[in-house]
Amino acid sequence: MSADKQHSLLSIRNVGKHFGGLHVLQDVSFEVPAGSIYGLIGPNGAGKTTVFNLITGLLAPSSGSIEFKGESLVGQQPHQITRKGIARTFQNIRIFKEMDLLENVMVGMHDHLRYGPAALLFNTGACKAAEKRARERALELLSWVGLDHKADMLADNLSYGDQRKLEFARALATEPKLLLLDEPVAGMNPSEKTVLMEEINNIRNRGYGVFMIEHDMRFVMGLCDRIAVLNFGRIIAEGSPDEVRNNPEVIEAYLGKEEAA
Amino acid sequence: MEWFNDFWSTYSTLVFSVGVHILLALSIWLTLSCGLLSLANAAFMGIGAYVAALLTLHLEWSFGTVLLAGGVAPAAVALIIGAPVLRLSGVYLAMATLAFGEVVRITVLNLEITGGPEGLNGIPLSTEAWHIALILAVTVYGLARLRRSKVGRAFEAIKEDEIAARLMGIDVDRYKLLAFSLGAFIAGIAGALNAHFTFFISPREYGFENAVDILTMAVLGGFSNLIGPMLGATILTLLPELLRSLHDFRSLVNGAVLVLVVLFLPKGIWEPRRIRAWVQRFKGGRA
Repeated sequence: MSADKQHSLLSIRNVGKHFGGLHVLQDVSFEVPAGSIYGLIGPNGAGKTTVFNLITGLLAPSSGSIEFKGESLVGQQPHQITRKGIARTFQNIRIFKEMDLLENVMVGMHDHLRYGPAALLFNTGACKAAEKRARERALELLSWVGLDHKADMLADNLSYGDQRKLEFARALATEPKLLLLDEPVAGMNPSEKTVLMEEINNIRNRGYGVFMIEHDMRFVMGLCDRIAVLNFGRIIAEGSPDEVRNNPEVIEAYLGKEEAA
Repeated sequence: MEWFNDFWSTYSTLVFSVGVHILLALSIWLTLSCGLLSLANAAFMGIGAYVAALLTLHLEWSFGTVLLAGGVAPAAVALIIGAPVLRLSGVYLAMATLAFGEVVRITVLNLEITGGPEGLNGIPLSTEAWHIALILAVTVYGLARLRRSKVGRAFEAIKEDEIAARLMGIDVDRYKLLAFSLGAFIAGIAGALNAHFTFFISPREYGFENAVDILTMAVLGGFSNLIGPMLGATILTLLPELLRSLHDFRSLVNGAVLVLVVLFLPKGIWEPRRIRAWVQRFKGGRA
């Protein structure tokens, strides 16, 4: 267990969340190891996005603990959690539409741009250098997702797939250790999915941990090292893609009981 | 030079007003730029004006110190009320800041030291054109720097999507408080400047109507950048003067112009995206 603890980046233990009498999550526990791709799947309304909202501090858990690198996240503000190294994307994309792509990514670098008010006001060399480095890094991140040639376009003018990629680059700009992706391939065509799959693999190989919610089974099974399955707010299975695929409870949750079919 | 002297003796007050109104429009630009609909700036202006005038009249501080105090006082008030009030958003924030404005106005109306409804009389005319020009230049420069830095990007991010901004590591509450109190500081200085060229101030000048006037300047001009509020303030100050010959119809035409602008240019007069599109169409038409 102690060895396990050392290797896990994020550990969720006995987490419950209820809104009044509605129990959205009950006794949810799992560990996301470092340097791997972890998947959370489950039917619609199972509570997957709620798990992300708890981790990022947008909601507070009703019970249980959430630890990141051994540090509790419960009670922390969303911006503090981001600064600890957790970034996320959203199921319903939330890019800054009135800004260009470069600015979008640079917003993600907010906390890494460390110049004071005086440096800002007098536009000192240090401030200029920091802004220049940030711009270069933003361009690099945009090139990772293949959007660097559109850097000065307004984000509002991007296609749906490109908006997802931009959100991805913007999340990376916060320099996370763990990247939470909420349905990263929703609305993408098969070739875009293949490209993104490669990109997520690259991201993992660069040392980031990836934790994703996804509906696309082929995508999840082909990419994730481990998968947890959530149904009606409870974890019903956890393990490697093969283990999860052959788990009778999972099959039932997705396809219904055999008698019923 | 004679024409200039003629012009100046007639219109210097008007030019001063344009300068002060530009400062006010810029002060509300700050809150608008991070998506806060605040109507407290007339009250902040009033606090600045009264604090400055009282310091001049009773303690005879130097004009520079008086101006600074006129900015610091409302900024301090903004820091105190900002923490609870800025949890609200949209119309609820507008209502809360409006209520704050009324509290300030009624307090000033009933205090003895502020002269009650009669206001303060005989404030020395210390404000000179270069004071306004210098303060305007410094303000515009400072805000332009702010806009092009991480602070400006944070404001814009908060305006567009507060939750996404939080998850980018931005301390949203702190930046809102910064915008609110920096706006109060600028509005306070504008009030202090104003008090020292109008000779006389009264609570009537800092009420609801003025709060809306300040907001209208920024909205009319457009607040996606700094030029918009400056343009809006200039137009709204000069328009009533230009329409003077219309006598009784003046406010009617004034209002009609506002309605037309809001109807046809909902993002304000100075909207870079639309202007760029116009220029491109014009070029395309000629080619």
